[in-house]
This record gives sequence, C-alpha cells and structure tokens, in this order.
Amino acid sequence: MRKSFLQKLSAWYKGSYDFTLKTADHMDARMAHEYTGKEHKLREVERRELVFSGVLYNILCVLFCLIFIGVLLWSVLFLPPHGNPDNPAVNEVMDRYVAAGMEETGAVNTVAGMILDYRAFDTLGESFVLFTAVCAVTILMKNTKESAADGTPIPMTVKPGIVEYSKDNIVRTVSRFLIPFIFVYGVYVLLNGHLSPGGGFSGGAILGSALILYAMVYGEDRAAAIFSERLMKTVILISLGFYAIAKSYSFFTGANHLKSIISTGTPGRILSAGLILPLNIAVGIVVCCTMYSFYMYFRRGRIQ
Amino acid sequence: MLRDLFASDFIHNFPLFAIILCLLCAVISFVLQGGGARKLTYILILTGMTLNGSVLLHNLITGERFTYMMGHFPAPWGNEIAAGLLEPAFALLFGAVILCSITAGKNRIFTDVRADKQHFYYILVDLAQVAMLALCYTNDIFTGYVFIEICTLASCGLLMIRNAGKPLVAATRYMIFNLIGSGMFLMGITMLYGVTGHLLFPQLQQAAASAWNSGAYHGIMIISIGLTVSGLAIKSGLFPFHFWMPDTYGTATPASSAILSGVISKGYIFLLIKIIYRVYGHSVFMETGIQNVLFLFGIAGMIVGSISAIRAGTITKMTAFSSAAQIGYIFMGIGMGTRAAMIAVFFHICAHAITKPVLFLSGGALIDASWGGRDFASLRGAAHRNPAAGLAFLCGSLSMIGFPIFTGFISKLYFALSAFAFPHKSMLVLLALAVSTILNVIYFMYVSVILYTGSPDPAKRVGVGRQKAFAAAVFLLILVNVAIGLHSQPLTGLFESGLDLFLQS
Repeated sequence: MRKSFLQKLSAWYKGSYDFTLKTADHMDARMAHEYTGKEHKLREVERRELVFSGVLYNILCVLFCLIFIGVLLWSVLFLPPHGNPDNPAVNEVMDRYVAAGMEETGAVNTVAGMILDYRAFDTLGESFVLFTAVCAVTILMKNTKESAADGTPIPMTVKPGIVEYSKDNIVRTVSRFLIPFIFVYGVYVLLNGHLSPGGGFSGGAILGSALILYAMVYGEDRAAAIFSERLMKTVILISLGFYAIAKSYSFFTGANHLKSIISTGTPGRILSAGLILPLNIAVGIVVCCTMYSFYMYFRRGRIQ
Repeated sequence: MLRDLFASDFIHNFPLFAIILCLLCAVISFVLQGGGARKLTYILILTGMTLNGSVLLHNLITGERFTYMMGHFPAPWGNEIAAGLLEPAFALLFGAVILCSITAGKNRIFTDVRADKQHFYYILVDLAQVAMLALCYTNDIFTGYVFIEICTLASCGLLMIRNAGKPLVAATRYMIFNLIGSGMFLMGITMLYGVTGHLLFPQLQQAAASAWNSGAYHGIMIISIGLTVSGLAIKSGLFPFHFWMPDTYGTATPASSAILSGVISKGYIFLLIKIIYRVYGHSVFMETGIQNVLFLFGIAGMIVGSISAIRAGTITKMTAFSSAAQIGYIFMGIGMGTRAAMIAVFFHICAHAITKPVLFLSGGALIDASWGGRDFASLRGAAHRNPAAGLAFLCGSLSMIGFPIFTGFISKLYFALSAFAFPHKSMLVLLALAVSTILNVIYFMYVSVILYTGSPDPAKRVGVGRQKAFAAAVFLLILVNVAIGLHSQPLTGLFESGLDLFLQS
C-alpha cells in the first residue's frame, strides 16, 4: 500500500515512520520502535553506501595521485636551478647567518646557531611536536590491561614470529662491545652540537638507538630496571620545562631589549654559545626518550 | 587609570606568556593525575583568555598593530609574532570555546577515556590550545607549519583517546587526510622559499610580489599557492575533502568533536586567510584565479554537505555533514574576496565556532538520554528526557539555519549583502544561500521535531541538577550567540577595524 506524502508526514510525526530509511524498511510500522531492528537496517544502508563510495573513492584516489605527481614533476621545471648564486634564496638572510652567525650566537656550527638561537621559537615548537607524539603513542599503545590487580606487570610472553635477539649469540656478543661506544658517540655528538655537525636531534637519536639496542639484547626487563617510566616522565618534565623557561627568558630579554645574563663565550670552546649547549642537551634527552618509549610501547605496550 | 594600564607596552609580552604557559602546563600535566591535569587546564585557559583579552584591549586603545621579536634578532633573521585586532580576538574566542567544550563534555570524558589516560586528554587540550594561539599570532610561515604539526598530532590524539574500534578507524582516516594536507602545505611553502628566500610575512610578501611581477616564477607561484591553499582546505574539511568528517566527528567523545569542529578547523582557516592576505598578497592571489576554485568548491560544499546531512542516518553524522556545509560558506566568502565578504567570513567563523560545539555537546547528551542510540528512532522524544540538552540543540539548530536573533542569521545576512556588491556572481551566491538555508531547515527541523515528539516519560527525565557543568557551559555559548545576534554592531566594527589593521603594512 503506497502512502501519500501527507500520510507519511503524519505517520512520521506520530513516530511510526522514518524518512531516512527506504520504503521496504517500513513494511512493519511497529519495527520503528524496536531499536535493534532499526540499527540493523541502518547498518545495511551504511554498508551499501560504503560499497558504492569505495569504488568511486578508489578511482578518484588514483586519478588524484596521478594528477598530483604530474603537477609536482611539472613544477620542477620552474624552480630556480640548484646552487646558482643568483637564486632568490641567496639574500641578506643567508648572508648574515653565514657571515655573522659565529660572532652573534657563539656557535661554530652555523646550523645549531640558526635553529637554537636565530629561529629558536620554531625549534621549541619542534621539540613539543615530539612531546605530542609521545603522548599520542602512549594513548594508543599503552596497555594496562595486562598488569595484575596489584599493579605488578606480568612478564611478557614472546609471541611466535617475534625475533628474540637476546638468544642470538652474534648479536649479543657484538652488541656487548658496541653499546658503550654508541653511548659515548651519542654523548659526543650531543655535547659538540655547537662546534661540529650534530646536536640535540642527531645525538638524541644515537642515544635512543643505543638504549633500544640494550633493551633488545639484554631483555626489556633489564632495560626497564635502569630506565623506568617514572624516570622517563621526570626527565622529560625537567628537560622540556627547562627548555621552555630558558628560551622564554631569552625571548623576553630580546624583545624588550634587556641585557641577557647569558654570554656567548669564546667560539670554539666547549662551554660557549650561550644557551645552545644546554638546549642541545635538553632536546637530545627528549629525542632519546621519544625513540626509546616508541620502541617499548610498540614492543610490549608499556615501559616497565 | 585603567586605560593607562592597558595602554602599557608591557602587554606586548602577553602572547608570549600565553604560549609559554600552555607549553609548561602541558609538560607539568604529564606527571599529574587526571583531576589535577583538568584543573590546570582550566586555570591555563582562563589565564590565556585574560592575557588575550588584555592584548585585544591594548590594541583597541592604541589602535595599532604590534610585532614582537622572539629572541635577540630582528625580522628577516629571527622569529616574530604579531598582533592586531583579529589575532587576539580569535585567540580569545578559541580559548573560550575550548573551555566550554571540555566543561560540558566532562562527564563523557570520564566515561570514554580510561582512568589512567585521563591526564593525556588534558595534555592534548593544552597542546591544541597552544597550537591555536601560535597559528593566530604567528608572523612567520614556518612557525605556522610547526604548530600545524602539533595541532594535527594533538587532534588525532583527541580522537583516538576514546578507546574503541570505530574511533580508531576514524582517527586513522583523519590522520591520513591531515598528513596529506600538512605535506602539501609544506611543499607549498618550500617552493615559495625557493623563489623568495624569506619566511617572515612582511619580507615574504614583498619578495613574493616582486617574484610574481618579474614574471619568471608565475608557474611555481601558482603551484605553491595551490598547494598551500589546498593543504589547509583539506585540513579544514572543504568539499570534496570532507569525507573524514562524519566518522571523525561522529565517533569521538563529544568534547573532542566540539573542539575539532569548532576550533581546530577554524584555526587552519584563520592561518589560510593570513597567508592569502599577508604572504601572497590579495592582488597576487586574485590574479592566480585560485579564489574562483575556492568559490565554486565552497558553494558545492554548501549544497553537497547539506544533502549528505539530510541523508545521514544518525544525529552525529548529520551534525558532522552540516559542518562540511558551514565550512563551504566560509570558503565561498574567501573566494569572493571582497572586503564585505571577508567581514562575513569572520562573522561566520565566529558563529560556527560558538554554535557547532553546542550541537555536538547537546547531541552527545541526547544520545546518552536515549540509551546510546544514535539513530533517529531511538532519539524520538529525547528532548523530554533531557530538556536542557534538547533546548540547547534547538537553539543551536536555529542558529545554524540562520534564524533571526541568533548569530547565524547575521553571518548569512552579511554574505547576502556582500553578494550584491559582487559583480557577475551575485545571483549564484544568493541562490546558493537560499538553497542551502532551505536544506538546513529540512534536516535541522526534522531532528528537532523528532526530539520533541513522542511520549514524555517523567521517570527517565534527566534534570539540570545532574548536569550543572554541561548546562552552564552550553547555555553560556547560546547566551553569547544570542547576544551577538541581537547586537552585532560592536563585533562588526571590531572585524572592520581589525581587517584594516590586518591589511596595513
């Protein structure tokens, strides 16, 4: 029996008709009150829509990607030639970074001077990008269901297919020699960031990889014993908090033309370049903690 | 006396203080429990609003735009932030909306987020707040990119923190769309740097104008503008890139949907407006013809978003598709590009930012009052079961439709008025506005009638007493909505003088 639009409208007002469903769904008007049946019908409708939009979506995706690749390749034609001294990017900004960078920031490594002094606000943001990533990964991967009621973590059972490096003789023996050297090299890159290529981001990555190697070879439990979640939280709090406060002092004095108590020192000395060395250490610690916590969360769902 | 206090130059430091405070609170919340982190976030946002409000008052009194050097090095070498009237006004608005969203959605945050991860929710809110502040105040395009990254990661976290299957799928989809957007934005600014060699807005604008006028870099500039604009358009959900919206906003905890739709997408749009007017320059942008693309996609979004909303089977999806339609209005205005249209755009950003959170939050409360059923059959009579949420949803719907006395009416009025001064296309704009408004009426009134019909069941009624925080926050937003709707002149004046300051220098 076909209903007129007005009849449908009145039925809808009374609650026995729903315009969002197809006519066939209204065979039994009483169904409309029954939530479960309705939900099932809704899913049917959604599924049918998905199949249609899936095909269309895939075609559009391929088309979009092809056009996008074409446009980007085409744009290369218009770019200024690489390394040409007449390029627009070779201007007073670059000149000052290269010519006066060492004198103004105290850093022999111009890149460190740029990212941690000239454009320090961006780098402050970047280290908080890492912090945001740590938070997001923790939310996604932290698995508290596996710990017992009294809070003691249940030892991890190795799933089939996961390589257990601590049982591999070659990896174990070689890593035992390598790990101290990697640590020392990481510290060297971190502390010499203002003097030679390197700095917080790269040094921190080296330190983080050494920690990950340690956790792989000696087992996560031993690694967790020396680097607990509590320690990680404290270390991140101190280094990022120090970074934010120290840099805002520098922003504040700079913007208000006050004299800063931080001196640039003699370029080339290990204790020079003002805030760059402590900031490199702070960034390095954050990067190291980020890498290590990513590994631990993906590997076992918790740090301890 | 008070006037002298607010005229003091010390207020120039306040944007920096607000930003650093957010960062510190986020890090401190990392070692706190859920409750402590929540209180810290409240304190932080209230302080941030006070600081932004002072900056706004300062700039109103002095009538000037100021730039603030971030460090010891002046403009082309160091970072910089700048504040006229629009920047602190939007920072204030975004802070207020975030505060209302987390207050009203508090109960759902308790139930949706696992107890040991509660503090992460507030960390992410702090980080979203700092990203919004930085996007508002930045005078440097790369700083803009860095804080877009923070914003993207924080909003993904806000979505997936509701630990269930569908939110995770939705968050993944949201992340893919957003990363494509970020990538395109980054490529756009890299190309721009290649032909200008600058990153700070004022120098960049000069260099971009001379690069455009020299004629050698027309192609690369068009591609660069296209990439930047489409990157931000994808992130804010312009048609045809709005497919992430229904699942994302539909499955997240209501407070997250409110923050994402009300604030974060608006932050990207504000940055886009800044880039159009203060980086590429309005005349260069107009010569590329990209504004016509935005105009057409905006109109298509208005219609398609509304039609999808009519076809949507659940209240959350419907509200989400309506967001896509409203974003369409904003992009239509940006595409028109006249002064009157830009005022309408600012008004609509404001109207949508204070209305859409009300719809998501009250929608969430109505679903709770309907035993978790999101479809319309379960929602029948929900306004009788939760009168406060029902009334809030009705008011929000009326504002979205553009009913007089609500802010939505004023923005639609301004769009229509600006259409008359817009040669060639005024009929198209008026027609789109009319059709879209009728479609809005169909789906919002459809839901409102469903909410208010059906037999009231006094036993299942949820009174205001059991949801004081929700009612207070939502009705505060509605009150502001009505206040602006009834008395829109001061805000219009603010936007006009703000736009003048914005275009200066």
